[in-house]
Amino acid sequence: MSGRAVRLVVAAVVLWPTTSHAHLVSTGLGPFYDGVSHFVFTPEDFLPALALALLAGQRGSRAGRLALFALPPAWLVGGLLGQAVATIDSAPVLTTVSLLVLGGLVAAEARLRPEWITALASIVGLLHGYLNGAAMTQARLGILGLVGIVATLFVVVALVAARVVTIRASWARIAVRVAGSWIVAIGLLLLGWYVRPA
Amino acid sequence: MSKVLSLTLLATLWPALAWAHTEQGRAEGLVAGLHHPISGLDHVLAMVSVGMWGAQLGAPAVWLLPVTFPMVMAFGGMLGLMGVRLPGVEVGIAVSGIILGLAVLLEWRPAVRVSAVVVGFFAIFHGHAHGSELPAGASGLHYSIGFVVATGTLHAIGIGIGVIHRWGWGRVVLRVAGGLVAAAGAFFLWRAFA
Repeated sequence: MSGRAVRLVVAAVVLWPTTSHAHLVSTGLGPFYDGVSHFVFTPEDFLPALALALLAGQRGSRAGRLALFALPPAWLVGGLLGQAVATIDSAPVLTTVSLLVLGGLVAAEARLRPEWITALASIVGLLHGYLNGAAMTQARLGILGLVGIVATLFVVVALVAARVVTIRASWARIAVRVAGSWIVAIGLLLLGWYVRPA
Repeated sequence: MSKVLSLTLLATLWPALAWAHTEQGRAEGLVAGLHHPISGLDHVLAMVSVGMWGAQLGAPAVWLLPVTFPMVMAFGGMLGLMGVRLPGVEVGIAVSGIILGLAVLLEWRPAVRVSAVVVGFFAIFHGHAHGSELPAGASGLHYSIGFVVATGTLHAIGIGIGVIHRWGWGRVVLRVAGGLVAAAGAFFLWRAFA
């Protein structure tokens, strides 16, 4: 085999992609940690969950507990559904609406009853989980990737909601509302981004 | 030798998996978003002034103004992204520097709603300018996050500077700073028409 032929073969092998994983973080540590990193580094999922945790924390410990035990299970159920039947793995409209609604409720410090927050958590969990499930399937991460997402979600909601529940200083409660306004602002810009002319 | 080198390269560089397009444009978008609000002195001065004015006015304006500005600015950014034309954007930005600087200089104390309307009105111009100048290829969500965080941080810096308002000498320094912002706004206005 000539040197040129060898170089051609080497180039072909090196550049040949055997598997292509689009839009997902790969940690190299396995599907569970891929799921963990996916949630942490994907604002489309992280920000709505953060907003919901802030909202639940604003409404007190009962609302916080209800959200904690409603959001992750709903996310898991939605994820399993997504893995089973989903045909899409992203929905910009859902992200935008989630940011606008949840961020707006936090900014306004809306006096929602805990039952309403539970309902919101269930809806958000089902919808975002559904999309995650589809993405996990496409990335061949399976249920372990989904478990990584849900476990991280549980920890984030528990920590954030508990911290907000214990806030007494007025400036700190205002800081939570400011965070909500930032989430709304991000949602508005995102809306413009998606509907902008090509 | 050449064959050995080639085969070594083959063994070393063999891609078991190609992670194509992973998180493409996300870091770029975030950095671009963080950079954009601080890329122009006219924007920076106006946003810091909002924080300083809020600090002068005290509660509830101290948090209402920095909440109003990013949200309305994002609305302006949305209009800019959608291609909605807004006349006199540069003039509006320059005038915002003059008005907000004068508000700090004169320690103007209107009703909270009026101050929110003033801030919100000018925020549309700033947001529209940012929205119209977005870089191509960046992640929209990450750009938006960087953009809002940078803006909010500038307000926080303004509020932090405004803390000196509690001391007599601080009130004077703050008013002088407001005067400088107004002068800079006048310069930007002159440049907008030049």
